[in-house]
Amino acid sequence: MKGFWEYIKRNPMLGIGMFFLIALLCFTLIGRLFIEKNLAYKMTVDSNQAPSEKYPFGTDAQGRNLLAIMVYGTGMTLEIGAIAGGIGLTTGILLGFITGYFGGGILDMIITGIVDIFLTIPSFLILILVATTFKNITLTPPTMGLVVGFVSWAGPARSIRAQVLSMRERPFIMMAKLSGMGSFEIIMKELVPNLLPFLVMSLSQAVYGGLMASLGLEALGIGSRREPTMGMTFFYLNYYSAFMIGDWWWIVEPVTVIVMTLVSLVLMSIGLDEIANPRARRKA
Amino acid sequence: MTWSYFLRRLLMFVLVVFTAATINFVLPHLSGRDPVGEAIRQQIAGQGLNANQGAMMYKTMTHVFGLDQPLWKQYLTYLKSVATFDFGYSIQNYPRKVMDIVIARARMTLPFLVLGIFISFIGGILLGAFLGWNKTPRWISNILVPPMLVFSSVPQFLVALVLLFVVSFKWRLLPLGGAYDVTLNEDWTSIKFILSYAQHAILPILSIVFVSASGWALGMRAMMVTVEGEDYTTFAEAKGLKTSRIFFRYLLRNAMLPSLTGLAITIGFIVTGSAVTENYFNYNGLGLTLGTAIGVFDYFMMYGIITIMVMSIALATFVMEMIYPLLDPRISYRAQRG
Repeated sequence: MKGFWEYIKRNPMLGIGMFFLIALLCFTLIGRLFIEKNLAYKMTVDSNQAPSEKYPFGTDAQGRNLLAIMVYGTGMTLEIGAIAGGIGLTTGILLGFITGYFGGGILDMIITGIVDIFLTIPSFLILILVATTFKNITLTPPTMGLVVGFVSWAGPARSIRAQVLSMRERPFIMMAKLSGMGSFEIIMKELVPNLLPFLVMSLSQAVYGGLMASLGLEALGIGSRREPTMGMTFFYLNYYSAFMIGDWWWIVEPVTVIVMTLVSLVLMSIGLDEIANPRARRKA
Repeated sequence: MTWSYFLRRLLMFVLVVFTAATINFVLPHLSGRDPVGEAIRQQIAGQGLNANQGAMMYKTMTHVFGLDQPLWKQYLTYLKSVATFDFGYSIQNYPRKVMDIVIARARMTLPFLVLGIFISFIGGILLGAFLGWNKTPRWISNILVPPMLVFSSVPQFLVALVLLFVVSFKWRLLPLGGAYDVTLNEDWTSIKFILSYAQHAILPILSIVFVSASGWALGMRAMMVTVEGEDYTTFAEAKGLKTSRIFFRYLLRNAMLPSLTGLAITIGFIVTGSAVTENYFNYNGLGLTLGTAIGVFDYFMMYGIITIMVMSIALATFVMEMIYPLLDPRISYRAQRG
């Protein structure tokens, strides 16, 4: 534990990022104990109330308690990001290891070609089409995560492939091969542990990418209109012209939560990059 | 530039457009949604379209789009229509063609988008080069880097919201939305119209600049440090070259290469990002039209706009890949690895 604190002192980006993320998780998990979920849905409280003792975060134009929206919405948004990032990274790892480790063949060429195509197509546009084939009501947060994960594997696949390619030529892998280890064993026992910091960084990047994509979709009104996710909050405050009615609290709160979430993920990626790639240390 | 490089990139461009178009075609068939029927039913319910008229419209539409043909024939017709930029009719604005609307709306979007990208790139590169330079005092970096880190990691529409809130709502300095004053007609020869357009474009441009210039500046700053450690920089200093020459010719020029290679992908992000942003400014361009089309499920409008955007971004990528070898001779010899 002491070693951990010593390390965080040298790598403050990772520390600040983790602190923000843990704070957000505490907010949504502890908040749940004090406020009911149904207050985050339509017409459960008075509408357009400024923050007061009764409604510490105010209420929106649809009669929803913003404190409840923040508490449950933060959780839902993090859930979308986690599912999308998890799927994107798993697919990316699978493709990256296959093409990187067994590289050079026809399979590598095909997969790398497909990855290149999907990196050039702006995935957000494809995502709009994929998401609109679902009816809005079926796009609950977990489904949203699945849909976003469906297009976010190309980036991780390419960067993991590059890492595996460079690691494949290192002496200790040669040694493992010579000592008769099978390919699967080499991947699991030699490659994965050595790439672990890099993979964790890729996860944090994939979650960030998934969150950005889902926020964009929801801001356009694609997604379950009923669930109080952060993206939907952005959609509704535009839909009901929060500016015109002067509901400043309705704008300030989701902006704060989302800035905290995204910045914490970016800081963690930078911090983890320092672990994965120690040569970057002298740069910053 | 070699022929094989050119052909490989051209093939890539064709494959990208083809893949996007095919995804467009396959998705509605997989989901089993009937876009024409759904949209027309919505029109009947929402805008008092007469049911008989609706049935007629449905029949014409399915025929016009060839939906009564066998699947393979539909696919070929579809590919041909994509190749000729014919995306059929908008369901919501029935007699108008999708492509006409796209052209009309793009006139609103393109000027501010191009200007925004241009300002962000130049500004970001210069700012990043300045911050990463070893002669710049460190406190400037310490003040500017944290806010830049925040701006570069949030979506564009979020910055737009904050700008709207502070500049238009609190300070009442600029209009709350729209692409030009509602009392004016679109007329690009009138000074009054152009001034009004410019005034309404300030905040959308600023939201692009805050997000993208920050990203470019951060990347540039990191690259400057690497370039400063290179032997050729030491050599240039040892030769006693002028500081300005070292800064622009040796440091900036070499440090900006990675930003240039990433330009195409970044432009893709900016274009899609500002499509969402337009909805928050109620800015009557392509993005707002896309948002409205999604809202009423005007399927042909949606896929028309998306296909045009994919095509333009793929074209931008292609053009830039033709320019790279001129800027960085190493690129054309590099094998397609990693």
